[in-house]
Amino acid sequence: MPDGMRGRHERSVTFVLGGYCYRRARRAAALRGRPQIMASYNMNQVRTGLKVLQSGEPNVLISCDFIKPGKGQAFTRVKMRNLLSGRVNEKTLKPGDLLHGADVVDTSMQYLYSDGQHWFFMDPETFDQVEADAQTLAGAEQWIKEEDVCNVTLWNGHPIQIKPPNFVIREVVETDPGLKGDTSSGGSKPARLETGATVKVPLFIQNGESIRVDTRTGEYVSRART
Amino acid sequence: MTRNDADWRPTAAPEALRRRAAMLAELRAFFAEREVLEVETPLLSAETTLDVHLESPGTELEAPGFPKRRLYLQTSPELAMKRLLAAGSGSIYQVCKAFRGGERGRWHNPEFTILEWYRVGWDQHRLMREVVSLIETLLAGSRRLETAMYMSYADLMQRHAGVDPRDAPTRTLRRTLERSSSRQDADGLDRDDLLSRLFVLEVEPRLEPDRVTVVFDYPASQAAMARLGAADPRTAERFEAFVGGIELANGYGELGDPVEQRERLERDLMLRRKRRRPLPPMPSRFLAALDAGLPYCAGVALGFDRLLGLDLDARRIDELIAFPVERA
Repeated sequence: MPDGMRGRHERSVTFVLGGYCYRRARRAAALRGRPQIMASYNMNQVRTGLKVLQSGEPNVLISCDFIKPGKGQAFTRVKMRNLLSGRVNEKTLKPGDLLHGADVVDTSMQYLYSDGQHWFFMDPETFDQVEADAQTLAGAEQWIKEEDVCNVTLWNGHPIQIKPPNFVIREVVETDPGLKGDTSSGGSKPARLETGATVKVPLFIQNGESIRVDTRTGEYVSRART
Repeated sequence: MTRNDADWRPTAAPEALRRRAAMLAELRAFFAEREVLEVETPLLSAETTLDVHLESPGTELEAPGFPKRRLYLQTSPELAMKRLLAAGSGSIYQVCKAFRGGERGRWHNPEFTILEWYRVGWDQHRLMREVVSLIETLLAGSRRLETAMYMSYADLMQRHAGVDPRDAPTRTLRRTLERSSSRQDADGLDRDDLLSRLFVLEVEPRLEPDRVTVVFDYPASQAAMARLGAADPRTAERFEAFVGGIELANGYGELGDPVEQRERLERDLMLRRKRRRPLPPMPSRFLAALDAGLPYCAGVALGFDRLLGLDLDARRIDELIAFPVERA
């Protein structure tokens, strides 16, 4: 959004609030994790990656196509992914339609610990802590270990998505002993990691060894030197 | 706002610019062989379209003997070329720039190259065949196209959207759009908007990628400057040509009746007033040309950049033009 427009927007809000100090209110809201007043976007301002509210839930725009039928009214077709459910929805915007921005930010936070029901993360700069439940972790819990820096997506200050680091090094705690003489070109077997995930590993990997794993695919990458 | 250091560079590859030049030469040869005369008309004009869905950018211009006034960049050369036809030019073509405010996207740049031609004595069907033959000739080096398909607008809408555009009630169109595969929000759309939305969302994606599909007999309400169907006045002699889902050309059996044309323009002006769109003047020189007599003819406009895009298998218009609007 151009600065000029943001200025107008802010002025009008000050007016609506009847003299109440808008900036102070906004900062206070941010600190309390309250929803902030977000920008709106028309059919010419939407772009891929924008976070918007749809039916009260945060969505990220994954594609925006400007469409102008022969001699008909132009519109923009947007596809968005619901950040809570993962579902993809389509919507069209015609001149005058607006999408409202969602206060969604991606931050790097350090994983502290879990009490079994909640997982706690800390902003390494402000030391602010947030807690996420199993539904939000959505499987990330089987990869992460204390002090891992994760990508935490916050909506109105609350975590809605946790991404573990792309690559982690974890110890194998349970796997069948491999046969002697196997080489890395042989078959594979399941191995359970210290954090709970089970991955397929080459036959030569033994209990107590550390391996490097790609958390996006859940695949073994290599042996890790310890 | 950080400025991109490389934005002086063209977005099109050198091969694309070379192919553009070659294709322009091929299309000139195509028309030379058929004895269609190449013409030039002003890009900046006092008269422009009144179509409510098109926006003509413009400028104030002053010159000796020419007091300062507003001139519009053409959205197509249609008005001026029809003045030539009325003056007895015979069949003509033009390849030039056209401008449309508010249009930018994968296949839109506000400034683009348009090929427009008129055939005196022809109806829409004869011109449709020539459009197909031009497209097939220019794409011959790159694409093997299946035999072109000719389908009426009503047939396609019935087949893919399940509605008859000629007499389905507007509320049926609204319900169809809302229940369509893409579940669209149909609030605030009028009948023509609903039809064109259904066409874009339900029909266009199902057009075959390896052949030219020509859609003819558009609804009378979308006639623009086409004459109404002699057999069925619910339709107009208007057609569009597609390859895959990409709209390439839009043509008419041209409306020559000055009374009917004046009425349509007045309706357009009223609609523009209602929707608070800019109000260009009534195109009086164009109407005077119709009064003098437009010969029976058919005409068509083709998006040259998009045709080049099909030839090069491009993914967006930026690959085809040296400097799109952000770098203009």
